[in-house]
Amino acid sequence: MWTWIKQLWHKLGSPRWFYDIAASWIRWLLPIGILCIVAGFVWGLAFAPPDYQQGNSFRIIYVHVPSAMLAQSIFITMGIAGVILLVWRMKLADMVIKIAAPIGASFTALALASGAIWGVPTWGTWWVWDARTTAMLVLLFLYFGVIALRQAIAREETAGKACAILAIVGMIDIPIIKYSVNWWLTLHQGATFRLTAAPAMPPEMWIPLLITVIGFYAFFVAVLFQGVRGEILRREHRTRWVSELVAQRGALPGAAS
Amino acid sequence: MSTLVGTDDSAPQGHLWRLFSGQLRRDLLAAVRAPGELVNPLMFYLIGIALFPMGVGPGPNTLALIAAGVLWVLALLAILLAMDGMFRRDYDDGTLEQFNLHMQPLFVGVLAKTLAHWLMTGLPLTLIAPLAALWLYLPSHAVGTLMLTLLLGTPVLSLLGGMGAALTVSLRRGGLLLALMILPLYVPVLIMGAGAITVVTDGLDPAAQIKWLAAILALACTLVPFATAAALRIGMEQ
Repeated sequence: MWTWIKQLWHKLGSPRWFYDIAASWIRWLLPIGILCIVAGFVWGLAFAPPDYQQGNSFRIIYVHVPSAMLAQSIFITMGIAGVILLVWRMKLADMVIKIAAPIGASFTALALASGAIWGVPTWGTWWVWDARTTAMLVLLFLYFGVIALRQAIAREETAGKACAILAIVGMIDIPIIKYSVNWWLTLHQGATFRLTAAPAMPPEMWIPLLITVIGFYAFFVAVLFQGVRGEILRREHRTRWVSELVAQRGALPGAAS
Repeated sequence: MSTLVGTDDSAPQGHLWRLFSGQLRRDLLAAVRAPGELVNPLMFYLIGIALFPMGVGPGPNTLALIAAGVLWVLALLAILLAMDGMFRRDYDDGTLEQFNLHMQPLFVGVLAKTLAHWLMTGLPLTLIAPLAALWLYLPSHAVGTLMLTLLLGTPVLSLLGGMGAALTVSLRRGGLLLALMILPLYVPVLIMGAGAITVVTDGLDPAAQIKWLAAILALACTLVPFATAAALRIGMEQ
């Protein structure tokens, strides 16, 4: 097992290897992701029973919870990739941070927007400064900071390392932010999924939610990998294997010369 | 691995302290000889505070209600605006390059520079805060808490801001970017600082918030200088 991990680790240092392996992953993850999202949505929106208090409006949970979970997971992914970049100087980690940041910001925005829409029927207002909403908003700002820093620094290698530091510091700060905003009296309901206890909803409600969560994660990994593949091609465009790849496929349509 | 972190076991015990105090002395001297920069953040703080009565109206009740938040938010912004100057001049005249080369381990120098910067911004700001509190009709029994929270909180702001300043040191227009990067990280300090004052004005005990601030300060003191040192090395590459 250990030697296998070590081998994988060394292979990850090669963008070319990742370019090929990611393609085969995407072939599985993208259909799984889309299938799970569609199945979870249809089940959740059409067949799951309405909530006894919130009626049908609770159904936005099938968008809200997966995107909120992803929003936090993606920042943690960026932080871990940042550590990998700074310690082992793995180029791939830099690309992961670069591609993941806008995706993470999008999911955070989606979580905030779906939460706002949910807020109207349940809380009677579009926006509430409660603990989780605020923590999510700060998370969105953290994403903006990382994206802005990357755009401000012209030299790619420097930009990558700088973003890695910011991502690591942000990752450490996220729990502190969460606990500190929890000091405000909170309107928000508790977490839907916990690792330690079964969810407080009936299975007809949470199973479709679990399916959409899996779908969202698979979809994210597929999109991330596809983005990283594009980034590999762009950064390695001077190498022989890329030019051979391009020659093999014929001129790529719309490729910048 | 010990060389990577920069701790050299063979060095005498006083070595780190000499580095630290030497850097601190040098930075304080440089700051004292350019007193204009010392006063600017304080002026900004007072002007910013004075804008609120003009904007919200001079009613003592309204002002007292928002005093805790305004006093803290402006402290945040004043420190943030001062942060850009932490490495700027040293970078322009090349001192920072030498600092990067000879300061071994780098985080000791960073800690000294941050302390010097805080002594010149955060500490004076803490000392004039009672004046600003007076303008906003903050109840007088909350002034002590205000100063205590600023005393514990502003070093954290300096530490985090120093990391941002190191990342943006070679960028021409780093100021706005610095705010964008660092302000979200300031959120816990703001909530605890302003929260403690609100709790006191409500007649309750702010011990919890103050202990939180102290814990955040301890954490920031021990971790952030390493990030700043790394950021400085990266920021100087371009």
